[in-house]
Amino acid sequence: MESLDDYQIPYGLMAEFDTPAGVMHAAEKVRDEGFTRWDVHTPFPVHGMDDAMGLKNSPVGWFTFVCGLCGFFGGMLMIWYMNAYDYGIPVGGKPNFSPFGSFPVAYEMTILFGAFGSLLGMLYLNRLPRLHHPLLKNMRFADVTHDKFFVVIEADDPKYDEEETRKLLKKSGSKHIELVNE
Amino acid sequence: MAHDVVPSSVKIAPPPVELERPPLVENNHSIGWISDTVAGVIEDKTPGWWKLAISLSLFVSLGLPIGLIYLISTGVGVWGLNHPVAWGWAIVNFVWWIGIGHAGTLISAILFLLRQKWRTSINRASEAMTIFAVMCAGIFPGVHVGRIWFDWWLFPIPNANSIWPQFRSPLLWDVFAVSTYFTVSVLFWYMGLIPDLATMRDRFRKVAGKVTEPAARLRNKVAQFLYGAFSLGWTGSNRHWSNYEKAYLLLAGLSTPLVLSVHSIVSFDFAVSQLPGWHTTIFPPYFVAGAVFGGFAMVMTLMIPLVSLYRLNEIVTIRHLEVMSKVILVTGSIVGYAYAMEFFIAYYGGNPYELYAFKNRAFGDMNWSYWWMISCNVLAPQFFWFKWCRTTPWFIWVICGFVNIGMWMERFVIVVTSLHNDFMPGNWGYYSPTWVDMITYFGTFGFFMTLFLLFCRFLPLIAISEVKGVTVQADPHHPLGGAKH
Repeated sequence: MESLDDYQIPYGLMAEFDTPAGVMHAAEKVRDEGFTRWDVHTPFPVHGMDDAMGLKNSPVGWFTFVCGLCGFFGGMLMIWYMNAYDYGIPVGGKPNFSPFGSFPVAYEMTILFGAFGSLLGMLYLNRLPRLHHPLLKNMRFADVTHDKFFVVIEADDPKYDEEETRKLLKKSGSKHIELVNE
Repeated sequence: MAHDVVPSSVKIAPPPVELERPPLVENNHSIGWISDTVAGVIEDKTPGWWKLAISLSLFVSLGLPIGLIYLISTGVGVWGLNHPVAWGWAIVNFVWWIGIGHAGTLISAILFLLRQKWRTSINRASEAMTIFAVMCAGIFPGVHVGRIWFDWWLFPIPNANSIWPQFRSPLLWDVFAVSTYFTVSVLFWYMGLIPDLATMRDRFRKVAGKVTEPAARLRNKVAQFLYGAFSLGWTGSNRHWSNYEKAYLLLAGLSTPLVLSVHSIVSFDFAVSQLPGWHTTIFPPYFVAGAVFGGFAMVMTLMIPLVSLYRLNEIVTIRHLEVMSKVILVTGSIVGYAYAMEFFIAYYGGNPYELYAFKNRAFGDMNWSYWWMISCNVLAPQFFWFKWCRTTPWFIWVICGFVNIGMWMERFVIVVTSLHNDFMPGNWGYYSPTWVDMITYFGTFGFFMTLFLLFCRFLPLIAISEVKGVTVQADPHHPLGGAKH
């Protein structure tokens, strides 16, 4: 009899580890094998894992920088437009626009826009929010936010081969390896 | 619990005596213990004291709608404001609440940049305190304008005569500073919550099969849905953590100049005017130090009872309280220095109006507020020179209560005593609040406590993933993190 499992598309292999050191050594092995579509899942950011995975510096800073600049110059432009160009209000003989008097507001807007840039840039780079993820169906994976560590190699990876990859993960010290479907 | 024992085969070499520090989480608990303990606060039955506390808070918060409806329907005359004191309790309360918020941002941002790992145990609750305190603060200037239906003139949109707001006024800078502060605090807080909301989502998912009672099943479904939706599909991926940590660092880097600027700009509301007692250049740093001082006192006022009621004293330890007491001692002394320096400059500056304003503060007809301020803010924290005083929770709590009162008195001294006797004796007067001032202020306490209690009940009140990250078990190079010798 056909079962539903015959129609399942594999998402990848998931290997469980108990300690941060264990998962880090495994990550180093997977990196050295030249995998590209894989990830490490941990309950907290493990120090040194970016190197162990061979990740480059995160580009979030560019979002912050560009948004911050927009905030600063946007703030200056807004004040100049409102108080000097569109409807000048002379107050106390002061100039209608001065970068000094406008600085506090432009400064706050730099921070406001920069903060939105950081958060939204982070979410964009992480492709979040995401309503569904194959791993989130797996009950064992639920411990990833508790005290377990996982290495997941996706089936899309050009070097992926179910048998070979399973062996590699076993050799790197995982006690529990399972195939996760889409 | 089953998983809180270190395997006996693990031998840890102790560090040299001079480098030894107490651990941030006591008794070598496993990282799983941390999520069990913090999430337990949400998962356990609602404690009786919580129900009592929220009933009381809701009752006290009634003062807010009563006071505000009466004010708005009648006019600002129902407050004690009159010529020459046109800024009374409302502005005192505004500055007081906004100052309280500053400790939360200091803990979450500045201590993060300074790599003070102990901050992880208290940053979530302090950030929540910040947000709720800024909400309370925001109420006052909003209603203080008198005709609140013109509040929209504060926004950068043209009014009915096509006139825009006037950007040379510090009061408008303040609008931008406070609204930016609130928004950025919420963003920072929410970002920190994402991994912990995922923890809650997964915990409710794990027990979903075991729940049989219909009401509990519905609760479980709702919890899974809400924690799931707000955790945005977080999977703890290291590729995500990498961007997340960078964004966290950047937000901390942005919040640091923000928190310093917010109270500086609040102080400009006073310092940019011409009034003796307000027109001083010391205000920005003095306000910021005072804000941190008062804010830390409020953090301790909230955390000490909370920690003992929820039995979280292995995560928020005596060491945490001691470090915070030291911060209070330092900032309290900075504030004391500022009070002395203000007097010195009033004398040395040679301006008779300025000198009079300060003599009047200490010896005039509102001198009670000045001496309350000195006793609570300068003298009370000096107890923290002694170790016993810094490590005894009930004593810290009492001192922090005095600091909260003292910081309110400081703002009263600045706002009211400067206004009530200024240049010409013909322009002098006295100020007394009315019952409307009082119930509105006490109402904000109820509002604040209601929000804070709801936060404790439904959100992880300690940053689970951050605390896990600072334990020795989390360090892959430490024997407890699984490293081989």
